[in-house]
Formats: sequence, structure tokens, C-alpha cells
Amino acid sequence: MPEVRVRKRLTTVEEIFHEGGPIASTPLRRAAALAVIQNPYAGRYVPDIVGFMDDLRPLGMEMASALISALGGNAQVIEGYGKGAIVGSAGELEHGALWHVPGGYGMRELLGGAKAIVASTKKVGGPGTRLDVPVTHINASYVRSHFDAMEVGVTDAPCSDEIVLALVMTTGPRVHARVGGLKASEIKGEDGLR
Amino acid sequence: MANEFDIYKGHTGIPGNRMKAKIRKIATFVEETCTEMGRPVQPPTRRAAAVAVIENPCAGKYVEDLTELMDIGEELGELLTQRAVTALGILANTVESYGKAAAVGENGELEHAAAILHPKLGTPVRRVLGKGAALIPSSKKRGGLGVVLDIPVGHKDAAFVRSHFDGMEVRLNDAPRANEIMVAIAVTDSGRPLPRVGGLAKDQIKGEDGLH
Repeated sequence: MPEVRVRKRLTTVEEIFHEGGPIASTPLRRAAALAVIQNPYAGRYVPDIVGFMDDLRPLGMEMASALISALGGNAQVIEGYGKGAIVGSAGELEHGALWHVPGGYGMRELLGGAKAIVASTKKVGGPGTRLDVPVTHINASYVRSHFDAMEVGVTDAPCSDEIVLALVMTTGPRVHARVGGLKASEIKGEDGLR
Repeated sequence: MANEFDIYKGHTGIPGNRMKAKIRKIATFVEETCTEMGRPVQPPTRRAAAVAVIENPCAGKYVEDLTELMDIGEELGELLTQRAVTALGILANTVESYGKAAAVGENGELEHAAAILHPKLGTPVRRVLGKGAALIPSSKKRGGLGVVLDIPVGHKDAAFVRSHFDGMEVRLNDAPRANEIMVAIAVTDSGRPLPRVGGLAKDQIKGEDGLH
């Protein structure tokens, strides 16, 4: 099995007080953890790649843990999450899909069995490519106030034989959420959707 | 951290506000480089930046006296340096290099960035770090949402330390809006990964004139 080789890590935290409206009594925090790793399959077509998902599990846990720390250390305050990947030019989009299981696993594990599917996106791109990582409520995908996204990227990554892996967590709804829909207080919590 | 929480409550305009800056958001960025060209970087080089997005009180009109922005610079010098050092997770007195930058939204002037960065911001930066004989390298620009700030970085006690000449890129997709200013401070615990272009080394610093 290929080892996971990390070239670089990046953590970003945003703390949002307002967006032109009333100042939030509890500011919204959003954080992203990124890891730039070597793509073990770059430059050639490899039919069997699923084993790398297991190799990535410790990194998923590490990044999820780093996010919780960056947001203050208490997993209870995390309300939204998302994940994404940017694959360098010598790789395939399919290599980015390797992140679905280990990225989601790490966050769910540390958030106490979050029910909703982890929103995700991926693309192939060069160094500096930006990725809008979608974010939804951790227990019910339909909670409208928590639909959000965080733009991430690394100036010098991914190089052609690298993958940028991203996890995002948020501590609440959009700062001035007011377009109705299912509220976080109305979650039934049975199917991960509502 | 209790102290930092007070600051952060204060500058949002909540009762008890002590700050002049009206801050919409604060972002921190931490970067860690573990390998370069396949070679391990041991220990990894780490750097952090803290960015505040504030309302530009002088937007949309010509204001002769920029004192208000200078005072905001003083506040942000302290707040952002604390935030960046906290994000890096090291003791303030072990910071090796630093830099600052600002981007003014389209309804402001380049001079507004200068008013924030130059007259008063440096003193609290040095107070937080305990030292800082060298000039704080800086850059500024005017731009729209998502504009890239390349924060120049240099050794805090001797500007000629060649291993520590660096730059850190930061940006926020939703800033600066037309009436806003982005202000950034970067700090590091190290120089570039695998530095090898000679020049003054950090163990040769005299630390008298801020240059050597």
C-alpha cells in the first residue's frame, strides 16, 4: 500500500461578526484544514486504487481533529461540515473521490456520529486552484440556514503529482440566515436529511 | 485566552466596545511545510497570518486628516499579532520573522492603507513579540473582492537575514467590499524551507541596527 506523504498543511479559520446587518451575538466560525499529499497514482492509469482510502483514514482523523481544535476544541459546537479535493494535472478526478470515505469518516467519528451525508466537491486543477467546499448541517442535510460554502486553496499546490485534500467545519448558520426552510431546531434526526 | 475574548467582544460594537475599528470578520491562516522537492523539512517551517476585514471610515470621500485610520492601525497591530501568534501556537518571543499588508476596497485610497500600516501599527506588534528591531516589511494595494495580498516577510531583528526573506499569500473571496479594508499581519517560527542562498544567517545577528 502506498504511504501517505504530506508536503504541506494549511489551516484557515474565519470568524464572522456581521455582513452588513446586526452584529451576531455569537459570531459564526468556519474553519478549513487542507493537506497537500503526493498522488501515488499520478502519471498512469491504475485500475485498483481503493486500498488508498484506508491509508488516508489516519489523515482524515488528524485533519478533523485539527479543525475541532482550531474552532476552540469542543466538538459540540460544530454544526456544519463539508469536504473536497483538488487533484493535480497528472491525476484523475477519480483520485479525488478517494477522499470521500476517509474524509467523512474522520469527521463523523469525532463529531459523535453525525447523521447527514458530508457535502463534497472535487476538481482537477493546477497550483493555486480555488475550491468552493459546500457545507451542510451535520445531522440534517435539509437545514436551510446551514447551507454554506468556504473557498479554499493553496498558492503552490497541487503540483501535477499532488492532491489537495480539504475538510471544512462551521459553528452555525449563515450569519444573517433568513430564507426560511427547515430549521436546526426542527431536526427529527432519523434519516440524516430532515 | 480570556483577555483575547474581551478584545474580540469589544471590537464588534457590543456594549463595552473599546475599539475604533469596525470589524466584519477575522481570518487566520496557518501553513506548515513538511517536505520540499521530496526532502524532509525538519522541523517543518510554519507561518501564520491574521487578517481583519474592517469598515473604511474614509470611504467615498476625500479626508485630509487620516488620524482615525492611524488609530485603527494601532488597535489592529495588537489584535492581529496576538491572533497570528495564537494560531501558530508558539510563544510570542520565539517568532522569527514578520510582515504586514493591506488591501483597500474600491471606494478608498491607497493612502488609507498607508495610514493603517505605517504610523502606529508597528509599536504594538513589537510589544506583543517582545522585540523587533527590523523594519516590518509591507505591501499594499487597492482591489476588489478576492484580491490577493502577498505579505512580504523578513527577520524581525535583522532585515538582512537572507534565509528569512519570504512572502505569504492570503485572500478572502468576499473581501474587501467597496467600503472595506483588509489588514494582514504574518509571523513565522522559521525561514524558508531548505534555505541555501547564503548571506547573513540568523545565528550571526548583531541585533543593533535592525539590519545586521
